[in-house]
Amino acid sequence: MSDLDRLERFLRTDPRDVGCDEAMAILHVYVDLLADGQDAAGRYPGVAAHLAACGPCGEDFAGLLAAVTSK
Amino acid sequence: MPGGSLSDVECARLTARDLDEESAAWLRRLGAEGGERQAAERELHARLIRIALAEVRRRQSGTPVTGPELDDVAHQAADDAMLAILAKLGDFRGESRFITWAYRFVILEVSAKLGRHYWRNPPAALDAGQWERLPDRFGIDPARHAESAGLLAEVRRVVDEELTAHQRRVFTAIVVDGIPLDALAARLGLRRNALYKVIFDARRKIRRALAANGYLDEPGGEQR
Repeated sequence: MSDLDRLERFLRTDPRDVGCDEAMAILHVYVDLLADGQDAAGRYPGVAAHLAACGPCGEDFAGLLAAVTSK
Repeated sequence: MPGGSLSDVECARLTARDLDEESAAWLRRLGAEGGERQAAERELHARLIRIALAEVRRRQSGTPVTGPELDDVAHQAADDAMLAILAKLGDFRGESRFITWAYRFVILEVSAKLGRHYWRNPPAALDAGQWERLPDRFGIDPARHAESAGLLAEVRRVVDEELTAHQRRVFTAIVVDGIPLDALAARLGLRRNALYKVIFDARRKIRRALAANGYLDEPGGEQR
């Protein structure tokens, strides 16, 4: 990936992005779907768009997924 | 647009499901009287502590909080999550497993507490404006800093001249100085979502300006 690509990807915004509040409100639902092997991003594309773009929410998502899939 | 709502289709899918056995058992035990309830609370609290400790360790490379203070954050997060869960048991609608719903509280508590603790020993001061570090923020190879200097200078010009004062302050703190969004939210007394929207709008404005000046393709390439 070129330097330009990195910057361009960072600046690109997705109109489907639902924002932090909406994404965090159903994070448990989204993570359960994913943990069950279902298409969470297909069901909630606005949440998927947000988790891909928002670092803090992405961290929360990764943490919750790790928690429910840990033994 | 960030801060918007789930679409009607997405909301329609957000429906309660029949409780699985484990979730039903948690609700029954936590709603019981006496020893059964106390045992369930102890078990849930122990799980929250385990998850919180694992979570602070998973995040430790991204926070200045270290050592025993990190463990303290985990225990405080577990305690506060426990209180919130017990207070909101009636809000659980079975849209997910109970334990996933419960773990969400402790993960979000860890997030919020690490954001607040950031300012005890911050690696970057608010309003430092370390523009010279911007190439590193974007992972640009030091050998190519000169090559990308024109593009990054244009980013800075747009930030200085076309963003609002609030957008400029937030963008500089988070993107240029690398202050975690949750830490900035705690410092400014704002919600994460409010800051995210500021950054979202700033990103869009900068991208459009770079495209208008020939540095990037037209924003028609924005994802849909």
